[in-house]
Amino acid sequence: MPRDTGIGAATLRREDVRFLTGTGEYTDDIVLAKQTYAVFARSTVAHGKIKSIDTSAAAQMPGVLAVFTGDDFVDVGGNPAGWLINSRDGEPMKEPKRPVLAHGKVRHVGDAYAAVIAETVEQARDAVEAIEADIEELPAIIDMNAALSSSTYVHDEIETNQCFDWGWIEDNREATDTAIKNAHHVTTLELVNNRLVPNAMEPRASIGSYKASTGEYTLHTTSQNPHLTRLLISAFVLGIPENMLTVIAPDVGGGFGSKIYHYGEEALVLAAAKQVGRPVKWTADRTESFLTDAHGRDHVTKIELALDAEGNFLAFRTDTKANVGAYLSNFSTATPTFLHGTLMGGNYTVPLVYVNVKAVFTNTAPVDAYRGAGRPEATYSIERVIDKAARELGMDPIELRRKNFVKPDQYPYASAAGLEYDAGNYDALMDKMEEVADISGFEARRKASEAKGLMRGLGVNAYIEACGIAPSNLVGVLGSRVGLYDAATVRVNATGNISVMVGAHSHGQGHETAFPQVVSDMLGIDASTIDIVHGDTSKIPFGMGTYGSRSLAVCGSAVVRATEKIIVKAKKIAAHMLEVTDQDISLNDGVFSVEGTNKSVTFGEVALKAYIPHDYPLESIEPGLEETAFYDPANFTYPSGAYACEVEVDPETGKVRVDRMCAVDDFGNVINPMIVTGQVHGGLAQGIGQALVEQTFYDEYGQLLSASYMDYTMPRADDLPMFQVDHSQGTPCVHNPLGVKGCGEAGAIGSPPTVVNAVVDALQSGGHNITHIDMPVTPVRVWEAMQNAK
Amino acid sequence: MTKVTMTVNGKAVSGDVEGRTLLSAFLREDQGLTGTHVGCDTSQCGACVVHVNGKAVKSCTMFASEANGAAVDTVEGQTNADGSLNVIQQAFQDHHGLQCGFCTPGMVMSAAALLKENPTPSEAEVREYLEGNICRCTGYHNIVKAIMAASGQDVSAIAAE
Ligand code: FES
Ligand code: FES
Repeated sequence: MPRDTGIGAATLRREDVRFLTGTGEYTDDIVLAKQTYAVFARSTVAHGKIKSIDTSAAAQMPGVLAVFTGDDFVDVGGNPAGWLINSRDGEPMKEPKRPVLAHGKVRHVGDAYAAVIAETVEQARDAVEAIEADIEELPAIIDMNAALSSSTYVHDEIETNQCFDWGWIEDNREATDTAIKNAHHVTTLELVNNRLVPNAMEPRASIGSYKASTGEYTLHTTSQNPHLTRLLISAFVLGIPENMLTVIAPDVGGGFGSKIYHYGEEALVLAAAKQVGRPVKWTADRTESFLTDAHGRDHVTKIELALDAEGNFLAFRTDTKANVGAYLSNFSTATPTFLHGTLMGGNYTVPLVYVNVKAVFTNTAPVDAYRGAGRPEATYSIERVIDKAARELGMDPIELRRKNFVKPDQYPYASAAGLEYDAGNYDALMDKMEEVADISGFEARRKASEAKGLMRGLGVNAYIEACGIAPSNLVGVLGSRVGLYDAATVRVNATGNISVMVGAHSHGQGHETAFPQVVSDMLGIDASTIDIVHGDTSKIPFGMGTYGSRSLAVCGSAVVRATEKIIVKAKKIAAHMLEVTDQDISLNDGVFSVEGTNKSVTFGEVALKAYIPHDYPLESIEPGLEETAFYDPANFTYPSGAYACEVEVDPETGKVRVDRMCAVDDFGNVINPMIVTGQVHGGLAQGIGQALVEQTFYDEYGQLLSASYMDYTMPRADDLPMFQVDHSQGTPCVHNPLGVKGCGEAGAIGSPPTVVNAVVDALQSGGHNITHIDMPVTPVRVWEAMQNAK
Repeated sequence: MTKVTMTVNGKAVSGDVEGRTLLSAFLREDQGLTGTHVGCDTSQCGACVVHVNGKAVKSCTMFASEANGAAVDTVEGQTNADGSLNVIQQAFQDHHGLQCGFCTPGMVMSAAALLKENPTPSEAEVREYLEGNICRCTGYHNIVKAIMAASGQDVSAIAAE
């Protein structure tokens, strides 16, 4: 393992030391002077009319400082959706207001309708019990089909439960229908992409504080993107001027999407802090996390694949209902549309793609982007239907995929779903996967399993995804209400060490280690003198945060641009010091030198000169050495991969065990292979979790029956194998300066179809004519499928 | 309120607690030892694991008053005497056995208890022992590898990086 500190080195993570010694600082670890505590009163019914809320007894309870209800927030704004989707008929989507606290109605179990602020958590909790809420229960809208035909509405003012009816690409619709009608063969699959709860191990928490003397607010919060949270609170919800609000996300204990969004609790603790004149802290317990964190997935889909007699793909047609839950979370409308429909061509040269997505309001927790966000749903549909087609046509699933792959000489490739893939080599990934996974040894392993009385299956897939969503002017046309650039400032201090302020915010990705590797490589100075500042809006220029595998591809590019500006300026200073022109200066290993001479100055000497500018060309160069860059990508990046999974299925119990899991990914260039491999591991575990064990279950009354770790199965150490991970087949991204693509979500995108393909293969090998089982593929489902197939 | 006295990481401490105060809350709030994390309310996640009289305990399942007179060890007390990472902590860093760090204190404390009971556990034994510790970030691969490495076993055959 290389132990250098530049690009490509498996540098050990510097953040680990504080995490391993218990000295990390997560939001709930922070204690502000005189802090008070908030506890929320949450709906126990999924849908109800708030007839009255009597807080008078609660207000008299010991230690209580204030009680809030929805009435206190009628004059402030709602928490908005960040992406406008237009329906096929041109109508804009329905956007009912999402208030800080429920007003008029409660719309899901866990919906907060009041909050108590008290001296201690226990006092606040006791006072919440004393709130008398008269809530008339209404019929719960849970099932999406029922929602679409119901005359009971989650939001009465919009008189429908359909948020939008989106078609992509609408101009392809008729041609796709025709192609499917006339095709030699059409494979159809109906499937459910199961609702997941992200379950970052650190529950959400927020502390609001307010300084009356200046009118400044500070919010400490568990956020993947503090600037976005500030923008939403300032511009939409509370109207606090941005320059009067600092948002600080300290160490964040995982997010996986759930901590991208602004939540009402953040606004509440700020408003409450002003009113009580002391900091107000709220920390979710795990049950609250289950009930109120934005969930993921929850699509019900029918997909059809049309093929000709040779197995060439002619068209994909997809019909999806996407659950958005009770309110629109910030990216909830982008996830099932532009992050899903645009990927429905997969890695294939299919000429026609048409996707219809109906987004549906229900009395369940809001659903938004969760690790992969739309791309796992697309990949699952495509790769499951291809597997089914291979079986129907009697073709080898690897060969069928290879036959239809976009080939290396076809880049840039305009996909039928409207994207331009810039680089890739899917055959090379498949070759590598066959080698690493030892596909040729599978039959022998199958025999060994059979000798133990177990059915063994092999599943493969190929995926492509889109990361670093951009560019801003294109996404603006498509409905995005935000820009999707990122920003970085490189500050060279007078003594030559460097602080890099980045808009991305690590919640486990190791930015404090990886970003310095980039700067170290460019300047030729040791990474130990470079450190990262992130997660604090008062210290960094701006930022869109960390999600969508964008940190390195977008923010890393901003770091490169800012560092390039540093080099340009530093060379001018060095040129002055060495009495040459800056074109004569080259920078190697932290030393500026004049080629062909022995004249040189070190990086540190130049830095000092910039801050002590005696004998300095002040008329042409400013003192100081600090540069900022905003980087707006030219295109998405397109990671891709080929995965293989082998499972053993017990015919007696239906229990599935993943025996081998191999992920071969193209992430372009890799900055820190150790971190990249770790990201893949985590994604694989979440994908296997989705495929086999994770089940979010609302009953017909809208009660979340899986609201704790007793009921929601998390993948544990003994559910998973060691993983085989390879990223040797990278094709660099052609449009960003590092040639990187992003690796955070791949594992969770590529693995679910691979696992389910393997289960179906195992069952088929055991003589069970089963073509599909919905996730999670639990023992009960497998056993039932085997009985039904008899 | 009752008064409790115990040693935490070798130091005598005391405090006044309510009957319902959990050991996890006592450590975090009274003692300011926020390395012990709370990730659930059903004793399932293991983020709160500490040692009480040498045994691994989920500190959210024990009242502070029950630890009266006990010797409690937390993640903050695990480094070598010179402040450097101990062999388990170092193995977690060397093998990238942590990402967000939230489960990490519990993992380190569980690993220490495991290696005390079973100095050279197999992969299956490590996985089984970690049944009570949830990690959402790492997929466990590198945690298992780190614990085996900390036990002195050769892990080079387990996929690199
Ligand atoms: S906090 Fe103790 S087990 Fe989860
Ligand atoms: S490192 Fe994040 S939960 Fe384990």
